[in-house]
This record gives sequence, structure tokens and C-alpha cells, in this order.
Amino acid sequence: MTRKQSRATLIGGAIAGLSVALLLVLFALRSGVDYFYTPTRVVKHEVGPGINFRLGGLVAAGSVKRGQGTTVSFDVTDTAATVPVVYDGILPELFREGQGIITVGKLEADGRFRATTVLAKHDENYMPPEVAKALKEQGVWQGNTKPGVKQ
Amino acid sequence: MIIEIGHFALVLALMLAATQLIVPALGAHRRDAGLMAVAPPAAVTQFVAIGVAFGVLTYAYVTSDFSVENVWANSHSAKPLIYKISGVWGNHEGSMLLWVLILALFGAAVGVFGSGLPLSFRARVLSVQAALSVAFLLFILLTSNPFMRLVPPAPEGQGLNPILQDPALAFHPPFLYAGYVGFSMAFSFAVAALWEGRIDAAWARWVRPWTLFAWAALTVGIAMGSWWAYYTLGWGGWWFWDPVENASFMPWLAGTALLHSAVVMEKREALKIWTLLLAILTFSLSLMGTFLVRSGVLTSVHAFAVDPRRGIAILAILGVFIGGSLALYAWRAGDLKAGGLFQPISREGALVLNNVLLTTAAATVLIGTLYPLGLEALNGAKISVGAPYFDRTFVPLMIPLLVAMPVGALLSWKRGDLRAALQRLVAAAIAALVFGALAVALVRRGPWLAPLALMLGGWVVFGALTEWGARIKAFSSSFDESARRARNLPRSAHGAMLAHVGVGLVVIGITGATAWNSETVSTITPGETVSIAGYGLTFRGAAPRRGPNYQETVGRFDVTRGLRPVTTLEPTKRIFTAPRQATTQAAIYNALAGDLYVVLGDALDGGGYVVRAYFHPLVRLIWIGALVMGLGGLLSMSDRRLRVGAARRARTGADAPLPAE
Repeated sequence: MTRKQSRATLIGGAIAGLSVALLLVLFALRSGVDYFYTPTRVVKHEVGPGINFRLGGLVAAGSVKRGQGTTVSFDVTDTAATVPVVYDGILPELFREGQGIITVGKLEADGRFRATTVLAKHDENYMPPEVAKALKEQGVWQGNTKPGVKQ
Repeated sequence: MIIEIGHFALVLALMLAATQLIVPALGAHRRDAGLMAVAPPAAVTQFVAIGVAFGVLTYAYVTSDFSVENVWANSHSAKPLIYKISGVWGNHEGSMLLWVLILALFGAAVGVFGSGLPLSFRARVLSVQAALSVAFLLFILLTSNPFMRLVPPAPEGQGLNPILQDPALAFHPPFLYAGYVGFSMAFSFAVAALWEGRIDAAWARWVRPWTLFAWAALTVGIAMGSWWAYYTLGWGGWWFWDPVENASFMPWLAGTALLHSAVVMEKREALKIWTLLLAILTFSLSLMGTFLVRSGVLTSVHAFAVDPRRGIAILAILGVFIGGSLALYAWRAGDLKAGGLFQPISREGALVLNNVLLTTAAATVLIGTLYPLGLEALNGAKISVGAPYFDRTFVPLMIPLLVAMPVGALLSWKRGDLRAALQRLVAAAIAALVFGALAVALVRRGPWLAPLALMLGGWVVFGALTEWGARIKAFSSSFDESARRARNLPRSAHGAMLAHVGVGLVVIGITGATAWNSETVSTITPGETVSIAGYGLTFRGAAPRRGPNYQETVGRFDVTRGLRPVTTLEPTKRIFTAPRQATTQAAIYNALAGDLYVVLGDALDGGGYVVRAYFHPLVRLIWIGALVMGLGGLLSMSDRRLRVGAARRARTGADAPLPAE
């Protein structure tokens, strides 16, 4: 093969590989990502049941109840709206009422959010950035700490 | 007073770096050997100055000098000594200081050991290296000065984030930074080559040891981070595709590609222009990694100190270096002479495939990491890109890479014989099949893809051994002859074999831990037993215990297999006193087949606890494999052909590289 031919083979192969990769990326980005919703947006039915998403907010005061075995139920609020959450598993350390958390899961038909993961930082002052931003938009942000900044 | 010496040393380092940036560059331009000779002593003294600054900060931490704001904010007098020391780089300011210290160390190493490099080339390399130093020293002095005083001094510090008080994490940043910053050498060499307008096989030989070192350090650093996340976060996972993890993984992928393309360039003088681009891209991804971790622009489960102002400063540095080097590349790369010819089916062709797949994989990780940022900027939607995305993009790209790996290594340079290579791999293929079949026979459950993935891992391991075995004639000559051949084989051949075996082990470990993982969550009261993967865990109650700077609740579990007692596991929940934070310490029993992993959860009314238990088959192979890869890298680096001065000694030989002047 001449220099030109071998270069053409290489470039052709590389382009073919890149196209396949691009297709994979586009395909994966259609369904492989989770959107973040606040309780207000969930209550407005912006997301339907059966779709995986991230729900963030504060754990509402007085809402944490232990059920059978390892199930726990609690409410997540952004102070304007509240979504009931059920979770089966170990809650993170420092999960407590008033704490900013993110939960990942799906809405059920009855409007409850079934969480598969509950994320809270291992830090008393931490507020997940999305939650902090949502609270600021609600005008109820009163934290003296910037999100993520250790004081 | 001592603190001010450290501060002064840092300013002095900035002046020295500025000198090292300008004078050698001027010397190289005017071909003035005197001016060029300024570079090595400047690099060495700059390193000494930064070393003094770093030493002073360490001293302030060890003596708990709370008149220094940085020490006050990140340390506590009751902390164990090792975490006082690791606290130096456990925060933003200190970690940036460590960053420039390592940068200066590499510069000084070129100054001291680089006498084999052409004078003007070395001057340019050190000048580029100094430009990086200037940028980061300015950044430290203007936005993140660790030597700021606290007036009046505080009586006690605020303490280091407890999740950072861990042996693996104490040494995770130095390794990671040695990797990130190590790639700066490849970058400086590439920019210097473009600047000088000539490049040859010797360039690849000079760059390879630095790249190998950076790559090995990064491999070990990433493995340490993963190991830490595995046993401290209490989730039992070892990789989360978190932006901070991706930030270290992208330079690793690009760096792996760079290592391989540099081999082609060294042996065949081909892929020169591509290798230069990869060197620039790899370090650019390292810089971007620093930016992502330090700026906090991305939501991360473990984003540490973040401050948008600093983010913008790092972004500016990023823009100057990445934009500048790519512009220089666009301007000068066309002038470089193209290299040797090769057929698509050849060692070079296989390494091109390796490069295409690895860089594409790095690009998919980059897209997955930055897509949330872009989308939020476009329409305000907040999303997170998680494991499903990476499973669908990254994994399919790795499969052809792993399949081709043993084949490529057996093809000859320039024009390879695919059929002959495959014939030599028949034994390895049979071994891999047997390996997969054994797994099916032993486990008999789990996804049908798992045995295939195990075969792939086995294929890589046996393939690497086949190639190595063929080179020492392990099967076709006496033991003494093989041993003699093994001794005479260049160290880089042993290193490549080890690194490839390591890759195979990682694949096997990932497969085992993903496909056959078992997990149970239950509530348990003392005397009750949970069973998982053939083990029984009997809860013996929980009791409080005091540590040096924490209180903990220790759960006790007697582990049995059948009727035979195996061990006692003590998972704990720790509450640190300063700052008040809680951490989970999983208890792990390391059985041959995998890890039994127990986490103590919340206390329930009536003395019960929520308990999570996992069995992670083969999971250790992930970190063992990474260590083997790192060792392979170091072994290759010690190859005598790659010593920095080797080019000069080789010049008398037949295949002497062209002197640059």
C-alpha cells in the first residue's frame, strides 16, 4: 500500500470508530441521565411516575418514621411543597430532620417517591448545591454557609 | 518569624521561576549558551525555595501554630501526627503548594539529570516548565496563600474533615498530583519540540520515563482513592463515575494512549505529530482535573474546598496553557516531517487502534462529565450523568481494546501477519475459555455476560504471558536458557507484560464484583444472625469506645461458615469531636473468593441496629491489578535505554538519534 492508501485506511478506521462512539454517546445521553427536581416541581406534575430522577430538599421536621424492618419514610420539602419519600436501606450518617439531602428514585402511582439512594454529606454544614440553589429561588435560604464551603 | 520565611521563600520561588522562564528562552533564541545555562540552576533553586515554603507549612501544622489561618482552619492539636502532616495537603492552599512543589521537583530533575539533552532543547523545556510554575505560584500567592496570619491567633484549630483522616487518603493526593504534574513534563517537552521545530525518535525516548512515572503514580493514586471510597463511604462501591473521579481518570486514559504512541515514535519514528498532540491533551486534561476538583463547578459527592473566584483564576490558567499550546501546535505541527510508513495490520496499526479507542473513551468520559454543565448553561435543567451513561459508552469501547490487546503485541512492526499472531494465541484462547467455563461451573448464577467478561480478562492475562513467554522461549528451551533470555530481555518488556497482566486482573475483579455481588440489609438485635453468601453473621451487640479525637460505636459480629467460626468483625460509626462529623468504618473480612463487608447502620429502639452486609467476589483484584500495572510502569521506567542521559551515550551507536542542533 502506498502512503496515501495506508493513511486513508487509518483515517477511515478512526472516523468509523468515532462515529460508533458518537452514536453510543447520543444514545446513552437520551436515557442514561437523571434530572434534578425540587418538591415544588414534582407537586406541579412536571415529572410522571416511573421515571428515575433526583429529588432534593430538606428533610421535613417531625416527618421521619421507621416502618417494618429497614424501611423508613420521611418528607422532603423546599418549604413551598412537600413530597413523601419511602426508602428501604441504611440512611447516611447525620441524616436528620432539617438536613439538606438528595434522593434518587422514582415516583409511585400514589404520589410517593420511592428512593433507591439517599445522599447526604458527611458534614454538618453541607448543603447540596442544587438544594441550596432551589432554596434560594424559593427565597428561604438562610444558611450562613456557602454551599460546599467549609466554614 | 518562621512562617514569614516560608512566605518569603514562595515569593522568591516566583522570582526564580520568572527568571527561568525568560532568560533561557532568550538564550535559546539568540543561541547564547551562557543564558541557556541559567536554566538548570534556576530550576534547582526554585525547587529548593518551594521546598522551604512547603517545609515551613508542614512545621506550622506539626507544631499546631494556630496563628496561621490555614492551620487553624484545617488542623486540630488533638489530631494524630500523621494526619497533621497529611493535613498540609488536605486543603486547597496546601494542596496547590504540593502541586507546585512536585512541578518544581520535575523541573529540577531535568536540570540535574538532563545533561544528555541538547542544550537549547533543555533550555526551552525548562522555560515552559517555569511558565507553569509562574502561573501557579501567582495563583497561590494572590488567591490561596497558605501563609496568611490569623490575628489574633486562635487557641484551637477547627480540625481536618474526618473523612480525610484515613491512611489511604492521606497519601492519595501526593500520588495523584505526581501523576497530574508528571504529565507536565510530556507537555513541556512537546511545546519545546514545537518551538524548536524539530522532533525525532530521541524525543520519545526522553519523554517516556517521565510519562511512565506519571502514569504509574496516577494509576496507584486512582486505585488508592477507589480503595478509600470502598471502605470508608460504607456503600460498598469502588467507583462511582463521580466528576472528581472522572477528573483523574481522563488524564489516565489519555496518558495510557500517550505511552503507547510514544513507543511507536521511538521505534519507528511514526505518529510524531499525533504523539505531540496527545502529550498536550494529556496535560490539558490534568489541568482540567485540577480545575474541576478545585472550582466546585460540578456537583460531586465529594467536592472539597470550593470557591468560584479561584475557579475563574484556574480557568484563566487553563485557557492560556491549553489554548496557547494548541495554537502553537496548529501553527507549527505542519512543518514537522511525517514519519515512517506502515500497513494497517502491524504493531503500529494495533497501537493506533489502542490510541483511537483510548482517546475516544477519554472523550466519552469528558462529555459525560461536562454535559450537565453545558445543559444547565443552555436551559437551566439540572441533571446528573451516572453509571448507566458510562456503562453504555465507556464499556463498549473497552471491549475491542481488550480483545485486540494480546494480538497487537504479537504483530511485527511495519507489516504484521494476523494469522500467525492468532495461531500463537491459540493456547491463550483455550486457557481463557477454560477459565470462563470454570467460572460457570463454580458459580452457576448471575448474568450470562459475566463468564464472557471473565474470559476477556483471562484472554488479556494469558495473552500477555504468551507474548512474554515467547520472547524468553519458556516453552521451547531449557529453564536455564529461558532464565538467561529473561535476564537479557529489556526491562520495558517485563514492564509491559506486568502492566497488561494488571489490566486483565482489573477486568476479572470488576466482573466478579459487579456480576456476583450479593447484598442484604436487615434489622438485627443481639443474638440474631444474618446470612450472606454462605457466611453467618451473629450480632453480639454494640458498645461505645473512645479514640484520640473521636467517639465510636463498635458493633461485634461473629462470623461463621457452616459451623466453623471464621473471624470477628467490628464495624464502627465514628463521631469526631472537631469538627463534629460522623463517619462509617466498614469491617471487611478478606476471604480468598472475595470480601465480606459489614456496615453498622442506625440504632433502633430496643438495642437493635440496621445492618448492611455485602459479599464482593474478587473485588481485591481491582486494586491488586492496578498495583501490578503501576509496578509494570516503574519497571519499564527503569529500562536503561530510557535513562535521561542515554541519548548522548547512544550517539556513538549505529542507530544514534539525530542531534538537535
